[in-house]
Amino acid sequence: MSEPPSEALDPRKVGMLAFLVSEAAFFGTLIATFLFFLRPIRSGEPNPRDAFDIPLVLLSTFCLLLSSATIHQAHKSLLRGWRWAFLGWWATTMVLGIIFLGGTALEWSSLIQEKQLTISRNLLGSCYFTLVGFHAAHVSVGVVMLAVVLLLAMRDVVTPQQSLGAELVSWYWHFVDGVWVVVFAVVYVVAR
Amino acid sequence: MATIERESHVESPPWPARVHDWLTTVDHKKLGIMYVALAMGFLIIGGIEALLIRWQLMWPESRIFGQDTPTLFNQLFTLHGTTMVFLVGMPVLIGMANYLVPLMIGARDMAFPRLNALGLWTTLFGGLVLYLSFLTPGGPPAIGWFAYAPLTGHTFARDVGTDLWAMGLLVSGVGTIGAGVNFLATILAMRAPGMTLGKVPFFVWTILWTSVQILLAIPPLTAALIMVVLDRQLGAHFFDAANGGSPYLWQHLFWFFGHPEVYILILPVFGIISEVIPVFSRKVLFGYEFMAAATMGIAFIAMGVWAHHMYCVGLARTVDIYFAAASLLVSIPTGIKMFNWLATMYGGRIRFTAPMLFAIGFLAMFLIGGLTGIMLAVAPVDFQVSDTYFVVGHFHFTLIGGTLFGVFAGIYYWYPKVTGRMLSETLARWQFWLLLVGFLLTFGPMHVSGVLGMPRRIYTYLPDRGWDVWNQISTIGALIQAPSYLIFVWNLMASLRSGPPAGDDPWDAWTLEWATTSPPPPYNFEEVPTVRSRRPLWDFKHPDDPDWKYEG
Ligand SMILES: [Cu+2]
Repeated sequence: MSEPPSEALDPRKVGMLAFLVSEAAFFGTLIATFLFFLRPIRSGEPNPRDAFDIPLVLLSTFCLLLSSATIHQAHKSLLRGWRWAFLGWWATTMVLGIIFLGGTALEWSSLIQEKQLTISRNLLGSCYFTLVGFHAAHVSVGVVMLAVVLLLAMRDVVTPQQSLGAELVSWYWHFVDGVWVVVFAVVYVVAR
Repeated sequence: MATIERESHVESPPWPARVHDWLTTVDHKKLGIMYVALAMGFLIIGGIEALLIRWQLMWPESRIFGQDTPTLFNQLFTLHGTTMVFLVGMPVLIGMANYLVPLMIGARDMAFPRLNALGLWTTLFGGLVLYLSFLTPGGPPAIGWFAYAPLTGHTFARDVGTDLWAMGLLVSGVGTIGAGVNFLATILAMRAPGMTLGKVPFFVWTILWTSVQILLAIPPLTAALIMVVLDRQLGAHFFDAANGGSPYLWQHLFWFFGHPEVYILILPVFGIISEVIPVFSRKVLFGYEFMAAATMGIAFIAMGVWAHHMYCVGLARTVDIYFAAASLLVSIPTGIKMFNWLATMYGGRIRFTAPMLFAIGFLAMFLIGGLTGIMLAVAPVDFQVSDTYFVVGHFHFTLIGGTLFGVFAGIYYWYPKVTGRMLSETLARWQFWLLLVGFLLTFGPMHVSGVLGMPRRIYTYLPDRGWDVWNQISTIGALIQAPSYLIFVWNLMASLRSGPPAGDDPWDAWTLEWATTSPPPPYNFEEVPTVRSRRPLWDFKHPDDPDWKYEG
């Protein structure tokens, strides 16, 4: 009943794309808000110039960008039927995502405890924790979805013939990475 | 008739099973019906709120609730606006689209039936969260439907009502986004063989672009509502001017959602009208391609005109000029539609039955709302009448004269398909004329009291302003309107049992929903039809003279 008719488009793919468009509008709003408040953010106390630990952020950014490459490899391996390569790349992606979240956790704890930057401290805090927080929440959801696919794959439910779920998760993951590129540029580069 | 009833009772399962069936259904038709029922319930609640508002404004310096009148009045107009936009307008249109889109494109259901059910229940849940505020010590929010900062700040709204307002809209917004995703996937990927995007029924085309607007406009509102909650609960400073935040940002974000929202509330109605007018004029829709392009044009332009709601906050002159020009631009595609509907009717054999009556009512009333909209888009005019009753009159002409008249046209048109019964024409006529007269008397005079300087949202006024008589006419109009809604609900319920059987295709229509039985079976079509033109049913009925011979 639910298989698509002769049309080339798959409703599940269209649905995922549509969902990602709405997500883009959501993050666009948070990013626009950050830019709207750029001046008070720069002049506030604490401000982006001395609050952020750039090397740590660069490291976690590197992990997240790398994870886009690994999930791409995973999907390619899946389509070719290389089960172990798929599982390996997929698990690596998950680990990289978890490292990224760990980086965010470290960053937050140092910001809150050492720099006394909280969501209520000033506009930088309000904008930063909201934007980065919602991004991290999306990464967390992504990690959970990666884990679900991994479990299903270990039970041989994810196969070259049944790869759409994995592909859609990888779209979501690429999207979350893409959002991070913009967030990184705005929060750690432009705001300085 | 009695025998038919008894028989149908014997066949149907006991009521707990039926209730369980409705509560757990993922069928797009049942969900659509429940969406519409939910909207009708909230329409009555929002209508009672409106009547109380009108009753309070009937006489100068009155206090119908005694000492509490000012606060209660603020709460009433907040709830009235929020209810009508989020819990009536959007659900009724999403519900109708839910029912009709799969049938019209020859699909068996929506792309994601469970997501569909989630959307319905989150909408209801959001509404309940909002109305839960009645049980809290401070009562409902008193912030207006667009909830300008700093009214939503902790300083001015200490009670939990404002939080419930924000959370309720947030939750129902998630359901709306789900509906948008579902419509896009269904329309883009599940059409019957042969039905290219250029051949979809016009209602489906408008739902496509409504969905695009939902995806682009609702998430910014979600983000802004989250900021309100963060400001209130965690002490963030987004809209808190004392700490560098900006009430002005809220206005931008809200209207970035708010303007497309009015098109979310009107584009589907353009679709309904574009289905009804051709069938009841016995002609094809005039200029389908131009209508389609106009719909697209409106959807795009509508994303870039939001600050016409903000002229009075003192934007830069160039910004005013841009937003005025862009807003005026919307009148071009809208005008195209108006003329094309008239051209469709021109020379047709018009049947003045209920759907057409309401469609013509729509044309006339929406025209007035559109024209006052053009006036308001011009910044200098807006400086004079912004936040007066002129604006209230304007948008009620678009939302009642436009959206609601169109919805009634649609319900009279499709009710026979949904239930297998015809609605009463006599009751329809009573409803139409009471509504039309009451509506004109309620909202016409508001333009006058607005020009005379009466601000919106004041709970009372002094007798020497010259506003009394206009308010009294408005209130009398509201009292004339009120029974029309009751007649409508009565008609819906009574015809369910006693309406004459409709048959599959009572209007001799041309789109696929009329090709199946009334009501349609759970799987919609026994055989998925193959489509060759924009009027597939015409082709089936007239194999000697099919449309596809003429369509490019
Ligand atoms: Cu507007």
